[in-house]
Amino acid sequence: MKKYTNTGSKDTRSGFGDGLTELGKTNPNVVALCADLTGSLKMNAFKDNHPERFFQIGIAEANMIGIAAGMTIGGKIPFTGTFANFSTGRVYDQIRQSVAYSDKNVKICASHAGITLGEDGATHQILEDIGLMKMLPGMTVINTCDYNQTKAATLAIADFHGPVYLRFGRPKVANFTPADQKFEIGKAVQLTEGTDVTIVATGHLVWEALQAAETLEAAGISAEVINIHTIKPLDEEAILASVAKTGCVVTAEEHNFLGGLGESVARTLALHRPTPQEFVATQDTFGESGTPAQLMEKYGLNAASIVKAVNKVITRK
Amino acid sequence: MSDNKSLENLVTQVRRDILRMVHKVNSGHPGGSLGCAEFLVTLYNDIMKLNDGFAMDGKEEDVFFLSNGHISPVIYSVLARRGYFPVDELNTFRLLDSRLQGHPTTHEGLPGIRIASGSLGQGMSVAIGTALTKKLNGDNHLVYSLHGDGELQEGQIWEAAMYAAGNNVDNYIATVDYNKKQIDGATDDVLPLGSLSAKFEAFGWEVLEIEDGNNIQAIKDGMAAAKAKTGNGKPVVVLLHTEMGNGVDFMMNTHAWHGKAPNDEQLESALAQNPETLGDY
Repeated sequence: MKKYTNTGSKDTRSGFGDGLTELGKTNPNVVALCADLTGSLKMNAFKDNHPERFFQIGIAEANMIGIAAGMTIGGKIPFTGTFANFSTGRVYDQIRQSVAYSDKNVKICASHAGITLGEDGATHQILEDIGLMKMLPGMTVINTCDYNQTKAATLAIADFHGPVYLRFGRPKVANFTPADQKFEIGKAVQLTEGTDVTIVATGHLVWEALQAAETLEAAGISAEVINIHTIKPLDEEAILASVAKTGCVVTAEEHNFLGGLGESVARTLALHRPTPQEFVATQDTFGESGTPAQLMEKYGLNAASIVKAVNKVITRK
Repeated sequence: MSDNKSLENLVTQVRRDILRMVHKVNSGHPGGSLGCAEFLVTLYNDIMKLNDGFAMDGKEEDVFFLSNGHISPVIYSVLARRGYFPVDELNTFRLLDSRLQGHPTTHEGLPGIRIASGSLGQGMSVAIGTALTKKLNGDNHLVYSLHGDGELQEGQIWEAAMYAAGNNVDNYIATVDYNKKQIDGATDDVLPLGSLSAKFEAFGWEVLEIEDGNNIQAIKDGMAAAKAKTGNGKPVVVLLHTEMGNGVDFMMNTHAWHGKAPNDEQLESALAQNPETLGDY
């Protein structure tokens, strides 16, 4: 089984910030908007390099989304930055009407997604955002797994016309995908080849899935790990091809099992190839305060939980 | 520049369009549409600098956003009569497969519409965004928006108002259809707006009022004054005192026609008060 090495832990939000910095140099139409979280979103370099293209909106997320929609008229490519909670639930109707329904080329970039925001607790964590965003017609939904992939995705969405939700996080996590990767929106990345089970993971759970695959290998179970960075549109072909081989699947995400990647995969399988599936996700609950590692453990979002789910799903084949 | 007589003729025809559109489908919002007919006719045919044809990007021309999207009949009529799309298409208002949705949208590709509106309170933010892009592009044209007065109860309006003043968005003129009525009744009874002029002034805006917002000359004069205030570091708002249902006697002085269509008899009476000027669609 192919092994992956952590080349040095980094936060995915820094991948966004560094990607944005690069876009500032290469794409004069890119503008950045932030709702009083410039440092948290790692947007400082863009702000310093291009003050005329950086817009501090203040703590007014609804206005930020509307301004971003308006800025597309005349050819700008707005990247909005705030926490995932304030990027989605707080401004759902603004995104729905002014961005998605109006087909505006806005990139909604959301940090501190999921439970790994940590100590701030459930008011700031969001485990429903993938569901909210994927429900919107025309919205592309991306959840990247590490620093390199987040940077690559940030660059890629600038060249894609249409509304995008880009989800990433706060904590430093393993950086293991290639620095020079080409990010293809809607294209799954197969990380390991396996024959016994398919593990479809997104975001921070991708590294956990790789750890789980190593544990499983030691136990004689061959796991095929697929990194789904784009939840919508979903690479159904890649998933179906894998389960045709393995006959069962575990989905893993830092999100509620309602509305997330798991449900999208389940729909695909129900339509084309009914297959036993287990869901590693939060169980319709809010989060709470704690360190990211503690929370991932308590809410069952780590490699151990994936191993457990694999052992279960294999018996259901 | 257009003379007042030809603008008045156009207003009369727009009123007929509005009434016939909502009557045909027995739905839509005639009251606010009629109240803004003089303003939008004058805006599109005298005040704004517009290019021929329609480009979504609106570069090197003035751009208008309708934030209170429910008065779609009037904007559809004004856009069609200005040549953005065939006047006959007004026949499809609110019908299945139409580009003329109940509330305006870009989704069906209707020329003249740049943003969906209907869910209230969003248009000022959008207008500010386009005004900022015009500045970045070195485009000296203006951005306009229209809001219902009841719409100002939405909090996003005041986020936007604070931003525009704090960031010197001075290439933007917001206008308010100040008819003091909303669906449930008088704004004073539903949720009092207080002094709109004092509120906008406190937020740092230039505030102008057009006391007779249904008078073409008053609209011309007021908007010329508003234009003269642009470019001086402050956003500009015009409070347009209008009469809901203007031009149809039984639709005036009441909020009853906010979202109600006339029946056959009422249509006949309303049209008789507004004889055909430019030809019905």
